[in-house]
Amino acid sequence: MRIWTLHLFTLAVLAVLLATLPPYHATNLARILVLAVFAIGYNLAFGYTGLLSLGHALFFAAGVYGAALPITYLGLPQLPALVAGLLAGGLVAGVTGLLALRTAGVSFMIVTLMFAQAGYLTLLYFGPVTGGDEGLVLPDAAALLPGLSADVARATIAYALFSAALLSSLALVQSRLGRTLVAIRENEDRSRMLGYNTFAVKLTALVLSGLFSGAAGAAYALLFGYAGASFATIQYSILPMLWVLMGGAGTVLGPLVGTAAMFYLVDIAGSYTTATLLFVGVALVLLILFAPKGILGTIRERWLTWLP
Amino acid sequence: MASVILSARGLTRHFGGLRAVDGVDFDLQTGDIHALIGPNGAGKTTFVGLLSGRIPAQSGTIALAGEDITRLPAHARVKKGIAYTFQITSVYPRLSVFDNVALAVQQTATRDLASDVAAALSRVNLADRATQTAGTLSYGHQRLLELGMGLALRPRVLILDEPTQGLASGEIANFKQLVRSLAPETTVLLIEHNMDVVMDLATRITVLAAGRHLATGTPSEIRANPAVQDAYLGGHDASA
Repeated sequence: MRIWTLHLFTLAVLAVLLATLPPYHATNLARILVLAVFAIGYNLAFGYTGLLSLGHALFFAAGVYGAALPITYLGLPQLPALVAGLLAGGLVAGVTGLLALRTAGVSFMIVTLMFAQAGYLTLLYFGPVTGGDEGLVLPDAAALLPGLSADVARATIAYALFSAALLSSLALVQSRLGRTLVAIRENEDRSRMLGYNTFAVKLTALVLSGLFSGAAGAAYALLFGYAGASFATIQYSILPMLWVLMGGAGTVLGPLVGTAAMFYLVDIAGSYTTATLLFVGVALVLLILFAPKGILGTIRERWLTWLP
Repeated sequence: MASVILSARGLTRHFGGLRAVDGVDFDLQTGDIHALIGPNGAGKTTFVGLLSGRIPAQSGTIALAGEDITRLPAHARVKKGIAYTFQITSVYPRLSVFDNVALAVQQTATRDLASDVAAALSRVNLADRATQTAGTLSYGHQRLLELGMGLALRPRVLILDEPTQGLASGEIANFKQLVRSLAPETTVLLIEHNMDVVMDLATRITVLAAGRHLATGTPSEIRANPAVQDAYLGGHDASA
C-alpha cells in the first residue's frame, strides 16, 4: 500500500512541477523524464536481472529511427510512430538477445557493445537515408497533440510516458516475473534447478528493457524534433548505466533520481566550466566509495527496507 | 513388484581421460528411499548430475516413468518432476526466506502463493523465519530451506546430494524423520556418506566405485556383499 502511495505521490509532485516551473526548467524536466524511461529500461536488465549490457544505445536508437524513418518516408502520424519506435526497440533487443545471451558476464558486455557499434556504423553507412551524423529534422513537438503549444505537448507526452513506464515497472518487479528476474541475478544455477528456463527469462528481460528503451528513444526524437546516428554511439550505452548506478540499481525510483541528479550535475557544472565530465567522474568516484548501491540503494539499505 | 520411476542404461560421462561415470545401469523404484554410496571419486555427484540434467550425458539413456528424457535440459526435467538439492548449499542468500520458497512454489499450479509458501515452510519448521534474509540463517537452517524449496516443487523424484553434511547430530535426527515422512509419495535418491543415516533410512542402496555400478540391494544385502566390503567398507580388515 505505502509502496503505491509513494510512487503515486512522486508522480503527483512531478505533475505540479511540470505545470508550475518556468519553461526552461519544465523543458529540462520533460527531457529528464524521457531519459529516465530509458534508465528504467536499462535498470530492468542490469539492476534486476543482472545483465550488464553495453549495447543499450542500439535499443534507444532503434526507437529513435523506428519512429523517425516512418514519419520521414511514409508520412506516418506522430503517435503511431511512437508505438513503432517502442516495438522497434523490443524487436532489436530480442534479436540481439538471441545471440548475445549465449554469453554471460564480460563476454556479454563485449558482445552487446559490438552489436551497438555495428548498429552505429550501419546508420552511418546508410547516411543518405538516416541522415547519418547530421540526422533528420522531425516536425515540432506540437504536431503530437494538435491544439497545444509545443511546450505543453512536450510536457504532457513526457509525463504520460514516464508515468506509464514507472507504474508498469513497479507492477512488473512486484510480480512473479519480477521475483524470477531477481532470482536469475542472485543465483542462476539454483534458478535453473527450480525449473526456470534461464535463457528464456533473460531474453524476456532484455526484450522488456528494449521496449522501454525504444519508447524513450522514439519519444526523445519526437519531442525534440531530431533523429541522428549520434544516439547510437557508445555514450548512450554508458549514460543509462551511470544514471542507474547513481540512483540505485534494482530500485524502481532509482532511474528517475539518478537521471535527474546527473542531469543537474552536468547542467550546474556546465555554467562554470566546459569540463563537465570531470564533475561526473568525481561524483561517480565518490558514489562508489561512499554509496556503492547508489542513492536509493543506500537509503533502502539503511532506512527504508520496504522500498521496491 | 514396484514400478520403476527413473532408470538409466549405459550412462557414461568422461572428463578427459577420467571415466567419472562409465556405463552405469540404474533403476529407481517408485516410493523408495534409495541411497547412492561409494568411495570418494566414485562418480556419485556426476551420476546424479546426469540424472538431473546439470551435466549432459555422452552416451546412454535416461527415462522418467518410461519417457526418454536423455536430451531434455535441466529446467525441463525439473518441470517433469525431478528436483535436485546441491551438495554445497545453494539458496538465494540476499532474498528473504519467503522469496526463496516462493520461487519454487510459483513453479507449481498455485492459487494462493502466500499460504502455499507458509505450508512449505512449516513442513521444514521454518515458518517463523519467513521474513528473515536467507543468508543470515544458520547453516543447518539453510540446508532445511533448500530441502523445503525442493519439496515445494512437489517433485516425483527428489535428489539430495549429501544432505546431512555439516549438520549437528540433533539436526540429523530431524532430517531423517523428515525424509522418512516423504516416502512413498515422493521417491528419494540421496548421496550420503554418513553410514548411520544410510542404513537407517534407505530401503535400497546402490554402490558405485570408480564410475561403475558395483552392487544394488537392501541394506543387509549390501552389508553382506564381499565386493562392496572390499571396495568401500574397509576392505579385507572389515571382513575379518
